[in-house]
Amino acid sequence: MRRSISRAVPIILILTLGATGCAPEGSGGSENADGESITVAYQTTSAFIQVDALMKKAKEDFESANPDVTVNLEPIQAEENDYATKLALMQRSPDTAPDVFYEDSFRVRPDAEAGYLLALDDYLAEWEDWDTGFIDSAKQAGVGSDGSTYAVPMGTDTRALWYNKEVFAQAGLPVPWEPKTWDDILSAAETVKAAIPEAVPFNIYSGTGMGEAASMQGFEMLLYGTEDTLYDDDEGKWIVGSQGFKDSLQFVSDVYVGGLGPEVAEALDSNYYQQLNGEWYPANQVGASIDGSWIAGNWLADGPTPWPEWSEVMAVTPMPTQDGGEPGATSMSGGWTLAVGAGTDNPDAAFDFISTALNKENSLSYNVNASQVPVRSDVAEDPEFTESSPVSGFFSDLVEVTNYRPTTSDYAEISGNIQQAMEAVMTGEQSVDEAAAAYDEAVTSLVGEENVSQG
Amino acid sequence: MPAVLLLLLFMLGPVLWSIWGSFTNAALSGSAASEPRFIGVDNYVALLTDPDFPNAVWLTVVFLLVSAVIGQNFLGLGLALLMAKAPKAVRSVVGTTVVAAWVLPEIVAAFACYAFFSSDGTLNALTGLAGIEPVEWLFAYPMIAVILANIWRGTAFSMMIYEAALNDVAPEITEAAVIDGAGSWKRLAYVTIPMIRNSISTNLMLITLQTLSVFTLIFVMTSGGPNQRSTTLPLFAYAEAFGLGKIGYGTAIATVMLLLGAVFSFLYIRVLKPGGSS
Repeated sequence: MRRSISRAVPIILILTLGATGCAPEGSGGSENADGESITVAYQTTSAFIQVDALMKKAKEDFESANPDVTVNLEPIQAEENDYATKLALMQRSPDTAPDVFYEDSFRVRPDAEAGYLLALDDYLAEWEDWDTGFIDSAKQAGVGSDGSTYAVPMGTDTRALWYNKEVFAQAGLPVPWEPKTWDDILSAAETVKAAIPEAVPFNIYSGTGMGEAASMQGFEMLLYGTEDTLYDDDEGKWIVGSQGFKDSLQFVSDVYVGGLGPEVAEALDSNYYQQLNGEWYPANQVGASIDGSWIAGNWLADGPTPWPEWSEVMAVTPMPTQDGGEPGATSMSGGWTLAVGAGTDNPDAAFDFISTALNKENSLSYNVNASQVPVRSDVAEDPEFTESSPVSGFFSDLVEVTNYRPTTSDYAEISGNIQQAMEAVMTGEQSVDEAAAAYDEAVTSLVGEENVSQG
Repeated sequence: MPAVLLLLLFMLGPVLWSIWGSFTNAALSGSAASEPRFIGVDNYVALLTDPDFPNAVWLTVVFLLVSAVIGQNFLGLGLALLMAKAPKAVRSVVGTTVVAAWVLPEIVAAFACYAFFSSDGTLNALTGLAGIEPVEWLFAYPMIAVILANIWRGTAFSMMIYEAALNDVAPEITEAAVIDGAGSWKRLAYVTIPMIRNSISTNLMLITLQTLSVFTLIFVMTSGGPNQRSTTLPLFAYAEAFGLGKIGYGTAIATVMLLLGAVFSFLYIRVLKPGGSS
């Protein structure tokens, strides 16, 4: 249960990148006299190497098919929030804007409104795979507020409860575990805590350091299992003052202040994800956690922390709703996309690169390696995918009960406010009511009185 | 003249941009990113009602006073006074040790401090030898940790300024004070300090401005957390501008920092009256 000091490393890298003016050679395009070039920016961390592998493969495929175009890969070593900031800063100047980039689906709308993204409709119309391969509902991930498509989804994901069967058995809990309510989760965590005091009984990501993981794997997995949501789609209003919001914060408080989670200091460390999944789970030091389909990617043979026994030790079960109400389980879905920069000198090559990176073969290996839920039907049906992991079917089936984040352009900022409310509660600095009131105030001042409704 | 032009370009340019930006709703993404609008003083009004703002101002002032004005300044003066009398060997060892912290790049110094204060870091290892329970310094006492780190890193600067200033104090004057029967404290208070007043003022001004802009050290050690308990104004501006994407709001915070620096500079100039004869 030691805390690693490697957290500063990604920060050092960001700062050095920042200090060098954010302008690596070859950015922005076609200065090469002998041929053209495109720049591809994406995120990578020590615990997240699957996109890096995909991009290297796509570069090879693309360059052998297009010998006169050079692909400059520009991996950005950063955690999720810092990656988004760095990418947005690069996009602000045509000199540094990458031609192709890896983009979280919830940022597609705001970035399209900001004029950072190129509308891909004309290219997609001519790309056969788009019609035949991609699942229609998944295409929504790349649609901007004007109805044009700005990004091509790489995969989607669902979230559920993961638990360690050996820890559960040791604590005397039944396996398979089938919690029906939030209280079932908390009581299981209490049992683990009593039986194995040195283990982390239960994890839910929380606080600003965890970024979007705290909002989505953490807070929204709770909130969307209550009667309430964040946003009223029909009226186009943000919901404030809801009981579900307070209940969700109360759950976070029960876990952290109630001593059922990790140490707060550990959970706020930005390297926490890697510690939890890369070190503690394989060491049988964690009871259960809410997490995405992709964490199995950590443990695969070519993942960052191989753990061959994971498929026997780890198990999954759907996240129950608060009181077991219909539909009994809940999940959240997001996913990442590839997009083309609006200022690219080489839109044809940029789109060709995307269509190479996300062709059936490459999508298949990426979806398998990163434990994603495929957005291509031909990949979803491929035996290589369905047999790749004992949990792939489970996570694909959760699509039936899943929820999506609000697709408005102010979501990113509101998500930041959710993380602040969680952090205030988990550190015990604010009561649930105070933190909920602070959130309501922040949202109201952000979107305006006329765009909120009382929950 | 070219120097003045360069100064204007690189100093005044960003300052003016920051002031202009603080009157707009410029953002990192969304429609406000492509076409920022002029929104008057809305950012400042929002700042005054933001509960996080007084917290950040308070922490900044504490950080400034404790780590720079008290810590670096007095420790630097003390070291300089002691070293003036120390043998050469001691002087070079102490001098090198203190200056080493100062010549490190900020990011390296920050990482060293993180490693020192973190839960399995050097400090807990040392206190553990004495049988003391480990303490989560960065989590339980974030301000104390970053203040100590800034004192460690910045003291060398004050020490060097004061060493130079003390060298300029003519030995005849202190000798005269000795003959008049002044003890060492009296000599310090009535002879040495008044004679180096200009250096004190310059030093205070410089370390205040340096400390006001300390970002990397705190960012690496605590990221301003937990729950904003070490969020000084630069961290607050970063979190708003880049974390939440509100560039306009972030520049408003930066403008407030500029004003705070101006207020302190003004105070030093008025109170210590550098340049006047003593």
